[in-house]
Order: sequence, then C-alpha cells, then structure tokens
Amino acid sequence: MAHEATHQDDGSAAKRIWLVFAILSAVTIVEVVLGILKPDFLVKTTFIYMSLLNWIFIVLTLYKAYLITWAFMHMEHESKGLRRAVVWTGVFLISYLLFILLTEGDYVYEVYQNGQMTWDF
Amino acid sequence: MEATVARTGTEGKTWGGGSKSPLKSSYGKLMMWFFITSDALTFSGFLAAYGFSRFKFLDSWPIADEVFNHFPFLHGVDAPMYYVALMTFILIFSSVTMVLAVDAGHHMKKGKVTIYMFLTVIGGVIFLGSQAWEWKNFIKGTYGAVETSGGQILQFVNTDGERVALKDIAVDLDEDRVSHERKNGLWYTTDEKNLTTYSINEIKEGFKAKNNILVRTLENDENGAKVVLSREKSLVYMNDRAVNVVEGANLTHNEYGPPLFADFFFFITGFHGFHVSIGVLLNIIIFFNVILGTYERRGSYEMVEKVGLYWHFVDLVWVFVFTFFYLV
Repeated sequence: MAHEATHQDDGSAAKRIWLVFAILSAVTIVEVVLGILKPDFLVKTTFIYMSLLNWIFIVLTLYKAYLITWAFMHMEHESKGLRRAVVWTGVFLISYLLFILLTEGDYVYEVYQNGQMTWDF
Repeated sequence: MEATVARTGTEGKTWGGGSKSPLKSSYGKLMMWFFITSDALTFSGFLAAYGFSRFKFLDSWPIADEVFNHFPFLHGVDAPMYYVALMTFILIFSSVTMVLAVDAGHHMKKGKVTIYMFLTVIGGVIFLGSQAWEWKNFIKGTYGAVETSGGQILQFVNTDGERVALKDIAVDLDEDRVSHERKNGLWYTTDEKNLTTYSINEIKEGFKAKNNILVRTLENDENGAKVVLSREKSLVYMNDRAVNVVEGANLTHNEYGPPLFADFFFFITGFHGFHVSIGVLLNIIIFFNVILGTYERRGSYEMVEKVGLYWHFVDLVWVFVFTFFYLV
C-alpha cells in the first residue's frame, strides 16, 4: 500500500517528488520549444499517417501521463490487480475508441474531397 | 437472529465484505480510482471526437499557434503558446504541492499539510483565472474574418503575409443597419443579437480600395501554412462568396476556422475547467478540515490522499488537452 513506501525517511519521498517535477517541466519545455520551432525535418517526415513531430508529442505526453499516475498518484505502490484494473481498462477502451473514430474521420475527409462537386464555396 | 442475515460462504475472504480489503486498497481509494477510470473515458470520448473532426477537416483546421498567441501585458506581441505553457506549469506545480501535502499527511504533520493544501488551492485558482482570460481572448477575437455562403472562413493578410484586422480594411459607408428581429415580422429568422462592428459591404468596399490586402483561405499548402490567394482571385472570392462578417467566436461562427473548432474548444476546456473548479472546492473543504484537526483526530490523512488522486487526475487530463489542442 501507499503507506509502506512513504514510511521511509522524510527526505527521500520529497526528493522523488521534486525529481519528477523537474522531469515533467523539462518535457513540457521540450514540447513547447518543438511546437514553436516546428523543425522542417520532423514536420515533413511522415510515419504511420502522421508527422514525426506529432508522434514525438504523443509519446512525450504518454510519458508525462505515466509519471503523473505512477509517482504523483502513487500507482507504483498499489497492488498489481488495482493497477491493471485501471490502466488496462483505460488503454484498451481508449485505443478502440480512437481507432474507430479516427478511421471514420479519415473516411469522411475522403468523401469531402472526392465524393462531391465542391465543398469550398 | 441468524435467519435475517444472508450467508454467502465468503465471510473472511477478500471479497466477502468483511475487514479484508480487495486489491489491498481502502474502499474510498478504490472507488476514487474507479471514478477516475470512468471519467478518463469521458474525456477520451471528447478528445477522440475532436480527433474525428480534425481528421474530417484535415487540411483546413486552424493552426493553434496563430489562435492562442496572447500573453498578459504584451499587447500585439506574437507569443505562440507561451501562455498555455505557463498554465501547464501552474497546474503541474499545484499537483506537486498536493503530493507534498499527501506526503506530509503520511507523517502526520498538520502544519505542513495545511501550507501545502493552501498552495494547491492557490494554484487551482490561478489556473482557473488564466483559463477565463484565455476564453475572453478567444471569444473576443483579434483580427476578425469574413464568412462565405458555404461556411468557409476568409481571413486577411497584407502582401508581407501579416494578418490584417477588419478595422484596417473597412470604410465607413454610412449605412442604415438594423438587426433582424422576429418582432419586425421576420418570423423565419432567429433574432440577431448584435450587429457586427462593420457590415459586409463596408469590408467589401474597403477591400476593393486597398490593393495590398489579400485573402487567406483555411486550406493548408504542402508546408502546413495557409494558402494566400492572388489579388485577382481574392477580389473574386470577396465579391462572389463573402456573405457575413465574423468577429471572435461563439458556438455557431468563429473567425478561426470551422465552427467545430470553437465548439470543441469550449466543450473540452470548459469541461476540464469545470473539473478544476470542483477540485478547488474539494481542496478548500479538505483545507478547512485539516485546520480544524478532523484528520488529526481520525488518526489518518487518507482523505487528503483521495482528493489528491482527483486533483492529479485533473492535471493528467490537462496534459492531454494541452497536447491535442495546442501542440499537435
């Protein structure tokens, strides 16, 4: 349980919190800098339907989400069962939802482009 | 009376409802986790729907850097995303003070919990204020635009590619403008709330007179920048297609792009902001309970931890909103 890990000496838990905060801030700064600069190379390289830049943003976001859940919400100290009940449910349902909706959105885009005389008038 | 109690044969086992706690977690924490899971699915529903619309209008979606480029006290300075980045820091930092409060609670240090809870509340309030300011800028708009009969948005740039505001284009035509209202016999229209600052004719005339102004469409070119039309083509677009003046944003029109863009902005950041305000409220309640010594008497600061879970979740959602609304 969460109590066990935090029953260490005063310093180490707080130290880890500040370390995680430093990582989260650094990742956010990297995201913002990339978002403002938008390096040509990253924007123009496409990898599985999306620019490399967008993939970097998504991976960094998932990394931040992992840090917040594991370190701040103490998920790392919860039992394996609770961890799986929360994380697997979310990951499975959200990936399914995203797959369905993004595929459908792409289809509607195609219809807009090719299925009618004009949509820009 | 034995007979009134249903026996399940699971007494004393993990899920038997007795003193053993399933998943080695207290009831309250477990339920908070399940609430968070379901709430996460609600937010993903919103964000996935946003993704759907984004894919649908893949090459005509507004560029976030150009929409959210305000910073307090820096008027007219192009500051793409600095402000949202600042808001992100404020929220992450209030998450840090929250987790420090939880940590202090584990060590039963009332004074420290009080200070950290107070800082968390302050962080939440600053974030809410920032969001209100962001909404104000979004609703008011900066440059204004013109809408075509097909619902497309036409923006204005000068020959150097800089955005031009409606007030720099319009000429005063001294027209007699009246807002359409149902009481004037126009039963088939909905009431017009306000007239726009300039009429469409004033913009059209002004546009004809100023040779250095071009129309910028919503379409992206291969570099991801918006396509700017030639002067001849711009004149054709303005004469044949422009029907409405759009200033700022509401749920049906906005000067930035497809109406869905503003709709999702209002709904997603609004729903998140609503969560933050509930979080601030809960934090205030906890803060006063800490001061009153409720948890000291209870011998456990677990309530701080449970509300902390909710507060971190709000921060977690913002991380995703930040990425998908402002960065991608």
